[in-house]
Amino acid sequence: MCTVCGCGDSHLAHDHSHDHGHSHHPHDHDHAHDHDHAHDHGHHHHGHAHNIHLGLGPAGTEVPGMSQERLIEIETGILSHNDRLAQVNRARLQALDSFAVNLVSSPGSGKTTLLCATIRAMEGPVAVIEGDQQTTNDADRIRATGAPAIQINTGKGCHLDAHMVGHALDHLNPAAGTTLFIENVGNLVCPAAFDLGEDAKVAILSVTEGEDKPLKYPDMFTASRLAILNKTDLAPHCDVDLDLYEANLRRVNPLIEVIRVSARTGEGLDRWISWLRTNALAKHMEQAAE
Amino acid sequence: MHEMSLCEGIRRVVEQAADRPDVTRVTRVRLEIGRFAGVEKPALGFAWEVVMRGSKAEGAELVMLDLPGVALCYDCMKTVEIENRLDPCPLCGGGRLLPQGGDEMQIKDMEVI
Repeated sequence: MCTVCGCGDSHLAHDHSHDHGHSHHPHDHDHAHDHDHAHDHGHHHHGHAHNIHLGLGPAGTEVPGMSQERLIEIETGILSHNDRLAQVNRARLQALDSFAVNLVSSPGSGKTTLLCATIRAMEGPVAVIEGDQQTTNDADRIRATGAPAIQINTGKGCHLDAHMVGHALDHLNPAAGTTLFIENVGNLVCPAAFDLGEDAKVAILSVTEGEDKPLKYPDMFTASRLAILNKTDLAPHCDVDLDLYEANLRRVNPLIEVIRVSARTGEGLDRWISWLRTNALAKHMEQAAE
Repeated sequence: MHEMSLCEGIRRVVEQAADRPDVTRVTRVRLEIGRFAGVEKPALGFAWEVVMRGSKAEGAELVMLDLPGVALCYDCMKTVEIENRLDPCPLCGGGRLLPQGGDEMQIKDMEVI
């Protein structure tokens, strides 16, 4: 159930699960599949022609006296529901020619400050989805820059999920070509597992957090395409080794890109914006080629 | 991490699969959990009992099967199995490994009556 508004499941998701084939075991329509498995594992009456069962009622009822216990194969990811909804979001953003990044970090890494600075320096339409457990502070800060923003309060939730983001997109209704920033709940653990339909996860790590953060929370940095090493203006004041930060990032994810930024002074901001522009363009070209 | 919401995801899938007139009860559910999935098994087991109440899988046994952690070593470019996420490459001792498998969280099958 939806933790934003308490509504039920999106029916759109079911349509898409069939179109895209992201579930190995679609819910409603694939009776024949179930039957095969129930028979395979029940080890009885293999003599029945398989096509007898196609599209008929539930398996097992036609064999009286057999052992009742049987196995049903499922082979479905635990997060498959979220993954389906993420695909719906992804298709929707693709239709809008929109590039979406999922900003993940611990609380206090400077995500919102970086976003405000980014929006001010960027050209073209932007929109922001803000995730926090409580308050609308962050969305208020974003709106002060003139960009449309919507706040999702997750209550006790430790991460945004694809369903919440789908709702936020309904409200935001972004213009074509929008760069969408999704600022996830400040948490280096849970958001790594939840696909929101974004094009890339971007991890933000501030220089005050300690060089070993990537080693302590490897999953998040493994899932991210880019790491922004933020607050570099503070580096001289806190005895940090920026190269060690980068080495540890590459230890948990040899492919990760790293950009050093100070959202406060603006240093490195141009590289980050050019990263956004390059990747949005690459997505656009890829789409045009298809 | 968030074992309660994982269990809710499992309940959703199990209930859909068990929503047939010939299934009275689910007696056992088997999951495949990769070593790098970040799932805390005791927490999942605890959440299981709570979340499954009132469903056909109430009281069902939960079995968690381990899947190995597989990673590509960027020093020797070989695919290797490792126990822990930050282990060095067992072949060359290199430290730059990118997981290629082992983050699975899958419901494999279930036994029903």
